[in-house]
Amino acid sequence: MPESKSDVLQGTLDLMVLKTLESMGPLHGYGIARRIEQVSENTVSLNQGTIYPALLRLQQRGWVKPEWGTSETGRRAKFYSLTRSGRKQIEQETENWERIAATMARFLAPSN
Amino acid sequence: MITWVRVFVSRCVAFFRERKLDDDLNEELSAHIELAMEENLQRGMSREQARIAALRSFGGVAQIQERYRTLRGLPWIATTLQDIRFGARMLLKNPGFTAIAVLTLALGIGGNTAIFSIVNGVLLNPLPFPHAEQLVALHESKPNFPRGSISYPNFLDWQRENHSFSSIAIARGYVFSLTGRGDAEQVNSEYISADFFSVLGLHPLMWRRKFNGAPNVVGQPVTLDGHNYTIVGVIPASFHLRFSNFSDQDVYVPIRQWGVSVLMQRSAGLAIHGIARLKPGVTLQQAKADMDEVTRNLAVAYPDANRGAGASIVPLKEQMVGDVRPFLLVLLGAVGFVLLIACVNVASLLLARSTARGREFAVRTALGASRARVVRQLLTESLLLGVTAGAISLLPAVWGTHAALKLLPAALPRAEEISLDFRVLAFTMAVSLLTSTLFGLAPALRSSQANPQMALKEGGRGSSGTRHRTLGAFVVVEMAIALVLLTGAGLMIRSLVELWDVDPGFNPHNVLTFGMSFPSSMVDASSEEIRATYRAFDDRLASTPGVVAVSPVWGALPMGMDDERLFWLDGQPKPTSDHDMNWALDYIVEPDYLRVMQIPLKRGRFFTRQDDERAPLVAVVDDVFARKYFPGQDAIGKRIRMSDTGNAVEIVGLVPHVKQWGLDTDDTQALRAELYLPCMQMPENLLSAMRTGSGMVVRYDGSLAAVSDAIRRTSRQISAEQVIAGYQTMDSVISDSLASRRFAMILLGAFAAIALLLACIGIYGVMAYLVAQRIQEMGIRMALGAKRSDVLLLIFRYCGRLTLLGVAIGTASAIGLTRLMRDLLFNVKPRDPGILAVVAALLVLVAMAACLIPARRAASIEPMQALRTE
Repeated sequence: MPESKSDVLQGTLDLMVLKTLESMGPLHGYGIARRIEQVSENTVSLNQGTIYPALLRLQQRGWVKPEWGTSETGRRAKFYSLTRSGRKQIEQETENWERIAATMARFLAPSN
Repeated sequence: MITWVRVFVSRCVAFFRERKLDDDLNEELSAHIELAMEENLQRGMSREQARIAALRSFGGVAQIQERYRTLRGLPWIATTLQDIRFGARMLLKNPGFTAIAVLTLALGIGGNTAIFSIVNGVLLNPLPFPHAEQLVALHESKPNFPRGSISYPNFLDWQRENHSFSSIAIARGYVFSLTGRGDAEQVNSEYISADFFSVLGLHPLMWRRKFNGAPNVVGQPVTLDGHNYTIVGVIPASFHLRFSNFSDQDVYVPIRQWGVSVLMQRSAGLAIHGIARLKPGVTLQQAKADMDEVTRNLAVAYPDANRGAGASIVPLKEQMVGDVRPFLLVLLGAVGFVLLIACVNVASLLLARSTARGREFAVRTALGASRARVVRQLLTESLLLGVTAGAISLLPAVWGTHAALKLLPAALPRAEEISLDFRVLAFTMAVSLLTSTLFGLAPALRSSQANPQMALKEGGRGSSGTRHRTLGAFVVVEMAIALVLLTGAGLMIRSLVELWDVDPGFNPHNVLTFGMSFPSSMVDASSEEIRATYRAFDDRLASTPGVVAVSPVWGALPMGMDDERLFWLDGQPKPTSDHDMNWALDYIVEPDYLRVMQIPLKRGRFFTRQDDERAPLVAVVDDVFARKYFPGQDAIGKRIRMSDTGNAVEIVGLVPHVKQWGLDTDDTQALRAELYLPCMQMPENLLSAMRTGSGMVVRYDGSLAAVSDAIRRTSRQISAEQVIAGYQTMDSVISDSLASRRFAMILLGAFAAIALLLACIGIYGVMAYLVAQRIQEMGIRMALGAKRSDVLLLIFRYCGRLTLLGVAIGTASAIGLTRLMRDLLFNVKPRDPGILAVVAALLVLVAMAACLIPARRAASIEPMQALRTE
């Protein structure tokens, strides 16, 4: 267990959700939340519930679309999948993040 | 940007599908929990452990739902709707409070709107003409008449020689009889000079009535007084203008065609008044200076007629509204006070209620409502109250405007055009909304600030004393304002009563006046024929059923028309100019005039049938005349000489003074001497003016309608072309002369009554609230041995203290403020102690009555019950 968990930044969660859907295909809210926890190796403290406002936000912007389906255990659940504009958004956001990360990296690199 | 639109649309769609989406969300979330539980169960947890773990990793379900919802729909609108629903429920739960608050505000807003609409229409904006600020009324100022008649030759010279006006014009009223188109009819008309309508900026247009609105009347002939005229233009029906003695009429005829020889006399006073338009950029002062020079030159050129004569220039607006301005301003002040009382009332009601609701706010705060949320809820309630009141206020506003217009003196400009002013309505609504919001909010801010725990513990019990003091102050303010208004109304009523008590010098009851036009065949009648016609007409009229006595009146008619005659005292040299002549009001009548008007003869004799054209010339004068021209002597037997003929006339009788200028202003007029002359002794030129007709006065018995019909029948029997028109009782003539005053009195009285009612409601509301707040205290007092009468006394003492303070402050304010209405009063001083005492007593009585119910409730408290509840 890591010593500290960091809070999830707002825009970060959106990108995490999109990225999860890209790699995993259509998934329900619980699946997305679990996947994010697994990928981050529990370094982020995520109240799983916060995934739902994020999904609503993405849905309102037309990046994901919901559909009722059946889970692997036979439960009725809402599955989310990426839309075309959602994929485009991932590209944009990724570029954004890389730029920020690179900038931050330059600042954080030991000066010599 | 596109994304933004997309989000908005999706929120809007969601707004209308909330229930369905809520179900969706609930199902989705419970699926989440169950999926998590399944996984936990697989890991080997017990069912209960699995559930708790799932919920813990999910976070607060309710919080997520709330966050989800605020993102999903239009939360702002949704909460507002919720607030409105809740507010409406709260208001309906207290129907008494709501009704009082709403009605109070509605009365205040409605009344204010009505009066402001009228003031705006009449005072601020009375002239519906282009560049109305350039329009002025013109008069010729003479020693006796600051705003006298302009003679036609002088007008022509003014027109030619002035440098200040782009155009000037004159007008003079006249009554034609119109024949040849159905029944003969009297038409009111104005003789006008050519520029009259272009001065105003109007262009003749359309014509209605006698021609059934036919558009092709231009070019058609009409017969007026037996002469043929051709219609050359039509004035729009909307044209409305009254100033001096001009009023909008049916027919306008060029003044040059007025067939009287005196028209061209420079000294003639023919009731001609003018209007003019200032050139752009010319000020009133410049125009006055310019006209001073013009008239000075004319006085030099024509000293006989023009010595001492000048030009009087008055802005047309001022000329029209000058008389009613003080009345309307007082009303404006009064209605402002009423609005103030209404606001204070609502404020105290809201304040009292919010104190009672302190506990509710505390509970809400304890349950997590933010201060902003509570404030918003209260704001919604206040606005709801204000908007409802605003909507209801349309009723008193519309009705009040109509009612007030009906009471308005007819002379007011544009009375028929004034309608509800919606800008004014918006303004008063804004004021009342502001009030209700402010006072709805102030306590909310305070109560939401308070520690909810403290408030809950207190249980809405003993509230802060400052609030009680504020409420008390409100009551005092209301009482004071109501007292000021009542005093104003009292003074107006007293003035009117005083005026009605003034002896007009004659008995106006059962006296009818009307105009009578002879057939056009009379146009060429000789003096003998005219006299014979009058005698015959008088006799026929006198024998008409219901008619007691009858007389023609030419010249002046008390409070109706005025007319002057110039003379000098016999034995003195004839003055060289009119300016040096003596002036008197002249009544040209027949022997029965005194019987008609019931003017008592003081000494000597009045005219008889023998005072005709062959008999020596005689006159009767009034007290004022006798005192002025024959001080210390007996006027009877003295002789005066008339300026037009030079004939000597002997004074044979003395009568009391008649209030020619109205009950209120007669005493202050310069020209008050009255001279009676017999009709039959009029010189040729005057008699020929009477050949078209004359005014008549009749004393009648029995029903007015029957007499009017009988007179009309008699007239028609004599000739079908003879016209009777303009029936008016002398009572109504007098009452018209007091119209502005009565208008102000009725409205002021109404406002004072409203103010009293509102103040009464306010006192009741505050006292009822205070009693409710102190039920426990009363219970304790009574448990400790206080008698019911002690409790009753306690309440009355508090109420009485507020009342007396209000009365004291109100009396002081009334003494200060009623001074402003001194001009409107008659025979009563602004600080009349009698009225102040009556008003104060009335107020104390009403206040005590208002706190009777709360006091009795306090006295009927069962001590044990009061202590047990809460």
